[in-house]
Amino acid sequence: MEYFLKLFLSGTAKGSIYALIALGYTMVYGIIQLINFAHGEIYMIGGFTALILGGFFFSNGMPVGLVLVFSVLLSIMYAAAFGFTVEKIAYRPLRGKPRLSALISAIGVSMVLQNFVLLSQTEKFLSFPSYLPEFNWLQPYKAYINSTQLIILGVTAVIMVLLTLLIKFTRIGKAMRATAQDMHMAQLVGVDVNQVISVTFIIGSALAAIGGVLICSYMGQINYYIGFIAGIKAFVAAVLGGIGSIPGAVLGSFVLGWTESLGTGYISSDYEDAFAFVILIVILLIKPDGILGRTQRQKV
Amino acid sequence: MKLRSILADIGKSLATAVWFMVLLFPLMVMKVNVARGVAQIQFRWNLLPLVGVGAFVLSYAWRIALEWNERRGANKSEGMSSRIRAAGAAYLARPAVRTSSLLVLLAFVIAFPFLFGMYHTNVMITAFIYVILGLGLNIVVGLGGLLNLGYAAFFGVGAYTYGLIWKYIGPSFVAAGMDPGWLFWISLPLAGIIATLFGILLSLPVLRLRGDYLAIITLAFGEIFRMVMQNSGDLTGGATGISLIPRPWFFGQKLPPTKAATYIYFIAIVLVIITIFVVRRIEDSRVGRALEAMREDEVACEAMGIDLVKNKLITFALGAFWAGIAGVLMAAQTTYINPDSFTLWESIIILMAVVIGGTGSIPGVIGGAILLKLLPEYFRALAQYRMLIYGIAMILVIIFKPDGLIPRKRKQYTFERKEATK
Repeated sequence: MEYFLKLFLSGTAKGSIYALIALGYTMVYGIIQLINFAHGEIYMIGGFTALILGGFFFSNGMPVGLVLVFSVLLSIMYAAAFGFTVEKIAYRPLRGKPRLSALISAIGVSMVLQNFVLLSQTEKFLSFPSYLPEFNWLQPYKAYINSTQLIILGVTAVIMVLLTLLIKFTRIGKAMRATAQDMHMAQLVGVDVNQVISVTFIIGSALAAIGGVLICSYMGQINYYIGFIAGIKAFVAAVLGGIGSIPGAVLGSFVLGWTESLGTGYISSDYEDAFAFVILIVILLIKPDGILGRTQRQKV
Repeated sequence: MKLRSILADIGKSLATAVWFMVLLFPLMVMKVNVARGVAQIQFRWNLLPLVGVGAFVLSYAWRIALEWNERRGANKSEGMSSRIRAAGAAYLARPAVRTSSLLVLLAFVIAFPFLFGMYHTNVMITAFIYVILGLGLNIVVGLGGLLNLGYAAFFGVGAYTYGLIWKYIGPSFVAAGMDPGWLFWISLPLAGIIATLFGILLSLPVLRLRGDYLAIITLAFGEIFRMVMQNSGDLTGGATGISLIPRPWFFGQKLPPTKAATYIYFIAIVLVIITIFVVRRIEDSRVGRALEAMREDEVACEAMGIDLVKNKLITFALGAFWAGIAGVLMAAQTTYINPDSFTLWESIIILMAVVIGGTGSIPGVIGGAILLKLLPEYFRALAQYRMLIYGIAMILVIIFKPDGLIPRKRKQYTFERKEATK
């Protein structure tokens, strides 16, 4: 039982990180029906930027608390800027073209960003210093959950609530929903679709950067390739929950996190990455619209 | 008026340059190194002006290119270049010119291993393997419009068929006094068939899916295949793979490496020619037409009475068949296989050959595959930038030349209007 609880909690932490990435996926997919392969790369860039800037601030004698705040904020800004730029360069010229073109372009972007970081930084795994605070009151429960996991969980919960509020009650949220429903119609009633899509990419990328910083603190290491697999898994989570749906993405992420955690704990750790793919295949066969997704009709 | 627009362009490019200098600052200028848990930053200020100037020039070129792209979309058949191209195409289409140039090409290809050494022959074999793979994937992507991101798995099935036959049947084969080189010729059709079966098996569950879901599920299958090969160490040799795979039988002779390369080279040529022939026939067949209709619009196609399920199955099966064949060839050439040869990136590079060459166009795919394999061999100095360049090329092609470098020619029927006789 204790073993199960431990696995369950580590799965929860994993799931909440996937959730941060999956939210960006699901938002982008909901609006322009694009599997943004480069999203995982943005998350990796967020982590790298935090490492670089954090290292710079720290070596210049800034106190740890401020290092955390500044490096996280700046890495969020940088990741958002990257997302914005990528959309403008690689996806916008393809709008209105066949959907697979944008997908191929996204694979290209993913390769470019990965290899850009590989060339400009390093191909080695770098250890990622943890700037996150330790909670002393958590000491007795250390076997089950550590402070990093708790922080991850809390941050994810807060972000999900904020995002839901943003989409439900603000002007831009309304515009996003309109664009997701019907881009042409939204344009007709005066929604600036380009702006909405840019904002979506900015928000999604910012969330990915938060995820990047958190997971790198959790795993304690980073390299240029971490984004791709994490990105695919987050996509699986988004599909699992019903792509385009925000609570679905979070739910799917938790299910994926638990499955991976329990699967590696009870079955075999050799196939850690395979569980996500198996889940993906099963869900697409049984219920392609995901747990919380709505069925869509195909039209000519 | 003209000057003002140029100035405006320059202004925008300057803004872009500043934007990129800020955007790329942490990753380009600062280099991180972690030693004993402390991150150390090293500044590379010399890269900053480089980024600025590069971004300025590229942004200016980008804007012109986008404008040109839009203008080209508006009036397709205007302009000098298209007229020259049309004239060139007409010249090439003349039977005499066509036959003679094909003959020259064939003569060159046959003479190649004798003119250049073993190294270049081996490079060409690899390129030919990619041509077969590209043409196979082209059936799926180009004709059927189904994006397959797990194509390397079928390639792997082919290679592993040969490898496993060698590993398990080879010893008893040799004990029985037979030449192990025969195994190649046994494996070649067998691998094709097994890969086809895998193609059918995998396509069964995915038939209902379309577009991007299909892409992601084939990606999942491809990765699962690789992981299974990697982790089933007792059966398939795991991460170390299978080595000492025999080269193909040649009248019972043990060929020295140079001759063996030449021999495999000719096998590859024959296979490429067969592939081209079959793929061309498929294109013009009933199935090919149905696939083309399916690519254009699945729902409308179904309404016309075309069985989508059957056609998708055929597409996957045909595509997988050629990958299996290419896999055996690859195993025979390198005499060594391991799961690392069949990663997702391998699938993506094959896809890139198709996309960059020209989706659906046979000469395009051949050109693309040869280009992608030969360039990195002869530009070794740029090896580390290979994937970066590939990625950029893929984005540029898909934005500016979505039909690829040698676009597919659509079948056109021209009506010859007879002059009314008076």
